[in-house]
Amino acid sequence: MINLASRDILHGWGKFVLTGVGLGLLIGLTLSMAGIYRGLVDDGVVLLDNAGADLWVVQRDTLGPYAEPSSVRDDAYRSLLGLPGVAEAGNVTYLTMLVSHAGGEARVMLVGFQPGHPGEPDRLVAGRPVTRSHYEAIADVRAGIALGERVRIRRHEYTVVGLTQRMVSSGGDPMIFIPLKDAQEVQFQKDNDALVNERARIAANPALNRPGVPGLLEAVQASQAASRSVNVVMLRLAPGADAVEVADRIRRWKHLEAYTRDDMNEILVAKLIATSARQIFLFLVILSVVSAAIVAFIIYTMTLNKVREIAVLKLIGAPNRTISGMILQQALGLGAIGFVVGKTVATLWAPVFPKYVLLLPGDAVVGALLVLAICALASTVAIRAALRVDPATAIGG
Amino acid sequence: MKTSIARKALLAAAGIGVALLLGWLVTTQGPLAPARVTVAAAQKGPLTASTFGIGTVEARRSYALGPTVASRVLRVLVDHGDTVEAGQLLAELDPVDLEDRVRSGQMTVERTANTVLAARAQVAEAQSRAALATANADRIADLAAKGFFSKEAADARAHEARAARSAVDATQALLAAAQRDREKALSDLAGLGRVRAQARLLSPAKGVISARLVEPGSTVVAGQAVVQMIDPASLWVRARIDQGQAGGVRVGQPARIVLRSDPGSVHLGEVQRVDWVSDAVTEERIVNVGFAASAGPASVGELVEVTIVVSELPDALFVPTAAIKREDRRDGVWRVRNGRLVFQPVQLGIATQDGRSQVVAGLAPGDEIVVHSERALKADAKVKIVDTLGRDGS
Repeated sequence: MINLASRDILHGWGKFVLTGVGLGLLIGLTLSMAGIYRGLVDDGVVLLDNAGADLWVVQRDTLGPYAEPSSVRDDAYRSLLGLPGVAEAGNVTYLTMLVSHAGGEARVMLVGFQPGHPGEPDRLVAGRPVTRSHYEAIADVRAGIALGERVRIRRHEYTVVGLTQRMVSSGGDPMIFIPLKDAQEVQFQKDNDALVNERARIAANPALNRPGVPGLLEAVQASQAASRSVNVVMLRLAPGADAVEVADRIRRWKHLEAYTRDDMNEILVAKLIATSARQIFLFLVILSVVSAAIVAFIIYTMTLNKVREIAVLKLIGAPNRTISGMILQQALGLGAIGFVVGKTVATLWAPVFPKYVLLLPGDAVVGALLVLAICALASTVAIRAALRVDPATAIGG
Repeated sequence: MKTSIARKALLAAAGIGVALLLGWLVTTQGPLAPARVTVAAAQKGPLTASTFGIGTVEARRSYALGPTVASRVLRVLVDHGDTVEAGQLLAELDPVDLEDRVRSGQMTVERTANTVLAARAQVAEAQSRAALATANADRIADLAAKGFFSKEAADARAHEARAARSAVDATQALLAAAQRDREKALSDLAGLGRVRAQARLLSPAKGVISARLVEPGSTVVAGQAVVQMIDPASLWVRARIDQGQAGGVRVGQPARIVLRSDPGSVHLGEVQRVDWVSDAVTEERIVNVGFAASAGPASVGELVEVTIVVSELPDALFVPTAAIKREDRRDGVWRVRNGRLVFQPVQLGIATQDGRSQVVAGLAPGDEIVVHSERALKADAKVKIVDTLGRDGS
């Protein structure tokens, strides 16, 4: 018994493979879209993973620091360290800004951290950790800054001493880590013109610039320049401590908001990136439906092109099972080629995307099963059409 | 049939090729691929631990010169940047009535001098009277003893003599009082002279005027500075070192100073003072670092970066600081055994600014450890050792 399907394919294999590759590109597009959706969610998840914290302590009644602005005094960590169950605390600031580099501007998330405390990037792909307390930076490779380069951020130049990978904000912007005190200055200190204007404004105020009280004006001006705030205090808990219980205690006694890992996940994934994720997801669904329809049409037209051959088969007395088997096998073969091509191109072009594309093996398996199911489903329509072919068409035309 | 077999073989080969491609894609490109890491060997060599801080250039000796009482500024003789000698007149305050009061004091001194002279003359007169009265009384007493005079007359003479001597005492007391008056007047005059001198602001040392704060005609309160001067030879750096890194800083340690105005050159210096009191709010220790040679073009208030050499080890075992991880609140490094990861706790010593950490215990020279990794590492995970990690990972 010869295999009718393979004989037929070998008869016109160029056309068949080309159709399969075309279908594959479409499937690759769908898989990439699924990857983009996964990547979008993963950006939020790695942001939390990389922080290495168990609790995020932010300003009361805010969803900070990622979803809303939050401001906490930078000595709040001292009283937090005194709570039972808290092992380590780290002050962290976040600021999304444009950084000029190599003639262009890159949107980055500037992170101020304390070396050796939660919030520090825990792994590097090149270079070394920050060792000086000022003017050193660790950048994500996506920022496109090489090791040893100097980057100007507001007032000072920072030397990039280390590189990280997959350290991004929830929006996918690469992070640049600098020491906390520098980051506070970047975030809160004004530019020189604003400082000079502010000094002049204070000097013009007769209540603050009284004759006969030397030093008052200087004291008032000095008090305006200092900033003592951070966006979040990250806590690492002692082994065995209950995060929810510690968070409750912080809310009740420290008058600050505290979020556990699950809370932050909820805020980031369900609130912050929910709309864009839903947008992508809906597009993914539509793309899948369209792909399925195209697969069905291709298989249907492929069968209709073979009406004469099927009529001949019927004429020589081939059973219906043989004919349906041929069409089903061809459809599945087309689906298999399409999936392999699609998976390959999706994997190969994924790193070229400007934002992260995460191709999960589970998604690929589901995709493969879906493709084969759609092919099988589409072939039933074609089989129905084939079975209705009148053997007489083989002679009559 | 031959062609059919060949075609079948071709088909089978194509199928196997596709399966291999898929297998390769899944195992090397996706999340199932082993994490790529770079490794380095623990080495022995010299280590220099240093600490870093930023600070401002300050003058160790800085003088704010102003009056001790509220007054009006008469003249300011120097301007910003002038070099002045010790004792040079810098500014003068309006003395108002001080000159008149000095003249009044001088007259008082002259008057008291005359009073002293008059008192001395009175003493001389009283002494003369007393001498005469005593001689008369002695003579009369002799004659009365021989019976030529009455006892009554002799007593009267004796009384006169005593009274005359008392008058001498009285005039001497007056003389002493007059002399004290004169001393008081002289003292007052000297004091007035000093007050008058206070109105002249003199340079206390050799230096440079750093600020001329008030112009003639302005009124200043007591203690308000009219001019400020600094000793340029006494410029040093007031550096703020994070408390976490300030532990090993001692007086006498060598330091490197980089001025913001001249970032290309390094000035050598030395730790001259470590403040006992650290800043409780910023959590920084104040360390004063002096310039070994001249401060060059440094301006007071300029931002500088200071690197202080805290300790030097001639031959220590070290690993890259990027390799040090914390697992379960213990410092350690990841090692690769048979392609799988093992966490090796280590005891750390000093760390250098260029990213090397001393290992006191836990590793031997030549031990290979994981330095960089593209993913978070877990015990027993499979890894692939590569030369460098980057954006494309190759």
